[in-house]
Amino acid sequence: MILHVQNARLIDPEGLTDGIGSLTIRDGLIEAVGAAAPEGAEIIDAAGKCTAPGIVDWGVKIGEPGERHKESFRSAGLAAAAGGVTTIIARPDTLPPLDDPEALEFVARRAADAPVHIRHMAALTKGRQGREMVEMGFLQDAGAVAFSDGVRPVTDTRLLSRCMTYARGLDALIVGHPQDAGLSAGAVATSGKFASLYGLPAVSPMAEVMGLDRDLGLVRMTRARWHADQITVAASLPALRRAKDEGLDITAGTSIHHLTLNEFDLGDYRTFFRFTPPLRSEDDRVAMIEAVAEGVIDVIASFHTPQDEESKRLPFAEAAPGAVGLQTLLPAAMRLFHQGGLTLPQLWRAMSLNPARRLGLDAGRLAPGASADLVLFDPEAPFVMDRFKLLSKSKNTPFDGALMQGRVIGTWVRGKRVFAGEK
Amino acid sequence: MFRARHLLGIEPLAPAEITTVLDLADSYVDLNRRTIKRSDALEGMTQINLFFENSTRTQSSFELAGKRLGADVMNMAVAQSSVKKGETLIDTALTLNAMHPDLLVVRHNQSGAVNLLAEKVNCAVLNAGDGRHEHPTQALLDALTIRRAKGRLHRLTIAICGDIAHSRVARSNLILLGKMENRIRLVGPATLMPAGVAEFGCEVHEDMRAGLQDADVVMMLRLQRERMDGGFIPSEREYYHRWGLDAEKLALAKPDAIVMHPGPMNRGVEIDGTIADDINHSVIRDQVEMGVAVRMAAMDLLARNLRAERGAQLSRAVEV
Repeated sequence: MILHVQNARLIDPEGLTDGIGSLTIRDGLIEAVGAAAPEGAEIIDAAGKCTAPGIVDWGVKIGEPGERHKESFRSAGLAAAAGGVTTIIARPDTLPPLDDPEALEFVARRAADAPVHIRHMAALTKGRQGREMVEMGFLQDAGAVAFSDGVRPVTDTRLLSRCMTYARGLDALIVGHPQDAGLSAGAVATSGKFASLYGLPAVSPMAEVMGLDRDLGLVRMTRARWHADQITVAASLPALRRAKDEGLDITAGTSIHHLTLNEFDLGDYRTFFRFTPPLRSEDDRVAMIEAVAEGVIDVIASFHTPQDEESKRLPFAEAAPGAVGLQTLLPAAMRLFHQGGLTLPQLWRAMSLNPARRLGLDAGRLAPGASADLVLFDPEAPFVMDRFKLLSKSKNTPFDGALMQGRVIGTWVRGKRVFAGEK
Repeated sequence: MFRARHLLGIEPLAPAEITTVLDLADSYVDLNRRTIKRSDALEGMTQINLFFENSTRTQSSFELAGKRLGADVMNMAVAQSSVKKGETLIDTALTLNAMHPDLLVVRHNQSGAVNLLAEKVNCAVLNAGDGRHEHPTQALLDALTIRRAKGRLHRLTIAICGDIAHSRVARSNLILLGKMENRIRLVGPATLMPAGVAEFGCEVHEDMRAGLQDADVVMMLRLQRERMDGGFIPSEREYYHRWGLDAEKLALAKPDAIVMHPGPMNRGVEIDGTIADDINHSVIRDQVEMGVAVRMAAMDLLARNLRAERGAQLSRAVEV
């Protein structure tokens, strides 16, 4: 089958370009960029709208196994397709945690039915307990793309150093959550004037810096491949920049919520704004956007965390943290584009190219030979977010009722259309 | 040539001294295969086996070696006695010294403890393993096994596989085989590899298949139970999959490669049971036999030096 997308505004994160062109797709791969339509091709007229590589969303929680009422592979896949996400990198903080190769093989078989690609991270320690390392070699053979204990930092530095040393031999990637576990225990806000005013248990931004410094020390010692899941405070940036300049094999990510929301949003105690780590100051938010533009922060992800209604209908500090994001990542990212902080190619570098590269996936590129995982979207189209229209089984989004811009018109996975929205 | 007063490690030995021990050990192998296994090399001398760490194999090997050379052998199970009552290592040494032993065989769980003890006594001290430091008689018996199986002890490619970091056997072998000019490869997970080991002048391989390629000798090390789960390696089965010696991995070594193991083995963890029993490759039983012979040779040589030294002291005293 041959597809030809013409009159498209091509967002190329590799060349960091943004211009009108065409794409030819044959048998699930991009065959040519800017060529004339081959004979017999199905023509798609993009009408000047944006065509970009599909988003690679690194760190999506899916409720399988254990919490399928919150999200299944199928519902997550549908939400992803509607949000322009063509590859989901699933988190291992399931019930039970994804920590053995047999479970991973089972889960991967279930995930294969979803309309988008789903790849899996495995836990770093057994049961995410921070006491024993998982069977990294077997898990890697079973398809684990990275190892992470999610938002639970491994506090035993000796064990973590051994995990890193062992991972280095496999060339495996470890995803850390830079946070001092002791300081951040129980915190739901960032310490300062506002948290004190609201009376919420809070943690200093330094807890993240301390966690980062510790992990970077271990990376220096072991030379492991390492990625920080979420960098959210400006004070973390100098250490991160320095470590990258040293040539350590490290990358860093941040969440779309920390780029678009701040601690003021906690004012109404709305539990959809409870995140781990908590929302930060406006200065931190702006610094994170600049860090993404500069490339110090490599990855933007949604950290999609479905929670049922009951786990959010609680006092703020007792509510479960996290928000859904597969379907809101693209319109939320458009806020950054319209406010002028980031260009579309810069956004796609962080949401698609960089995560794909770091995880060794064939995605994130608009070049001949690349997999035809694509999103066609209108960056301008305005709408009011209605959480009950989201395809995810859980509806916990902080953007409910917000005026957004950016609508997905179509999503293709391996050249196959998996979502068709209104034009 | 053998000048040493103690056998504390392989490190202080010259290649010629190593050869002397092995040559003499060869003759003791012949003796041990006779019905009457008796020599008078240590006649009238007292040998005390002082094991601060339990060991059945090494202790019985030393005991048998001493008895076959005619020594009076005493085993002190220190692990259960005075140490429990709070005596320090040095006090134990001085107490023993007062009993005038001639040969002291010591095993201790602390690196350097045997050296400390050797400074405090008047007899010859043999290190039967100290912490993660050295286990010289094991390296010597391995060398003898290799020399008899391969016809030489130089220019061989020798892969030492497994828990290198915690192994005194690996250290002593590394030093000995290096002194004899062999090509040494260390194979194992990075978590079980000591830091800076590449600077010892050997190749380090995390991939066992690359490490075994064309090896003449495959030396497996024991993986201790307490290291099996989660701490240094994820699990027994992943360890076996990646670093256990099976027929497929062994096929990458030379066709006439020999397989060694210091024992006791964990079948199915570091070595496949059928490989351990394969008479075409495995020399694991020979190692046990060579152990007695090498210990006889080492004690014989140390006893000669001790007699010579005491004789010299005596003649000096007469001159004065």
